[in-house]
Amino acid sequence: MTIASRPAVRVPGFLADSWRIARKDLLIEFRTRSAFLAAAVFAVLSVAIFRFTWDATAVPAIDLAPPVLWVIFTFSGLLGLNRSFGVELADRAMDAMLASPMSREAVFAGKALANLVFVALVQALTIPAIALFFDLPAGAWWWSVVGVAVLAMIGLTAVGTLFAAVASNTRLAEMLLPMLALPFFVPVVIPAAQATALLLAGRPVSDVASWIKMLVAFDLVFVAACTVAFPYTLDE
Amino acid sequence: MAVSLPGAAPAPPAARGGVDGLLIVALVACAGVIVRALAFTPVDAMQGPAQKILYLHAPAAIVGLYFASGLVAISSLMYLWLKDPRLDRIAESSAEIAVVFLSIVLATGPLWGKTAWGTWWVWDARLTSTLFFWFLFVAYLVLRGAIEEPQARARLSAVMGGLATLLVPFIHLTVYLFRTMHPTPVVLKPSAPSMSGQMLSTFGMSTMAFILLFAALLRLRVRWATLRDANLERQSV
Repeated sequence: MTIASRPAVRVPGFLADSWRIARKDLLIEFRTRSAFLAAAVFAVLSVAIFRFTWDATAVPAIDLAPPVLWVIFTFSGLLGLNRSFGVELADRAMDAMLASPMSREAVFAGKALANLVFVALVQALTIPAIALFFDLPAGAWWWSVVGVAVLAMIGLTAVGTLFAAVASNTRLAEMLLPMLALPFFVPVVIPAAQATALLLAGRPVSDVASWIKMLVAFDLVFVAACTVAFPYTLDE
Repeated sequence: MAVSLPGAAPAPPAARGGVDGLLIVALVACAGVIVRALAFTPVDAMQGPAQKILYLHAPAAIVGLYFASGLVAISSLMYLWLKDPRLDRIAESSAEIAVVFLSIVLATGPLWGKTAWGTWWVWDARLTSTLFFWFLFVAYLVLRGAIEEPQARARLSAVMGGLATLLVPFIHLTVYLFRTMHPTPVVLKPSAPSMSGQMLSTFGMSTMAFILLFAALLRLRVRWATLRDANLERQSV
């Protein structure tokens, strides 16, 4: 079926189809827990390793925590994204999924949604781990940092899911994903890290408005663009 | 001369083992401009001889960042629409040339920076953006190398080229915001020195020579890609 002759996207059907794909992926992940365990252990281990490479007398914890958080976030996200299309290669499951009446955009939305949940769960472990190991002061920063993290996750999973699909079609597969995706993470990670640093330093949310606007703009543009581009990454 | 297209066109000179006229003209122009820049253009009173790097650095940046990158973006987006393999060959060729020119920019910049700023590298908005664009193009070429099937290669690399086009304003805005939010005591970008007429004309000539070189390299590279694809098609039939 060519891209032009596919049925028009219906909104309720689209959401139901995406949810079906996301549920399938999350169910596989929940039953095996392989990628989640790998990413979670990686994240917490990285926090511990950063703690040992850090001279507390030279750099205060509050200055080091944001970069550590976003470095770990980026790389543990990549660990999960690799698996997203890897699971569809076995028994050519991807072909079966494409032969189904679901629109390709719904497949993408479902995959991205599952990845978003995955990254969010890893992040839900990483932020408290950093707060604990770096002995961050409790405060109002907590919820605003979570908000920034959610905005960053949306953009990151949209772009990451698309490039996971691209990379799964190549000889290099998972080796290629970081190379393709990391330049696209730059406009996510810089604003997120800057905003986190300012919020941790006790600045009000209005001080980080320009960084948050950047994240929102990136999310809007790239969620739309990746959804449109996804059908082109599949074999006709 | 127009870029050669597959089909009825006679075998291009490169195929016959001939010499490419446009490339020779471009190389002579580049050599001439270098001689003019070194011997017949005054030395900058403030910056000294290091300022002459400008005649290589800025034209390479103009060609790499605007001409070559722009062509990759346009031909990628057009490929997704028209599915014409010629557009893919233009994107492929242009991306390779972009890497060459951006490498010149990234190599000559620090040489000048060391004498003018006293440091090889600063995380200034322009430097950072250029570095990331270089990474994007390298990733694009690695992606192309990792896909065997020509149609899949064209499709997937056009997807990346198209998305990279959207990414450019974001990278630029982010690094600009990053820089302006963190002012440093070093003056990162000196205001443009008022150039003498002679310097300005050397700069203009150098830019023209580099554009000519870009056109010649692109033409040659697209021809080579056309021959390669025709050869592959013949083998597969």
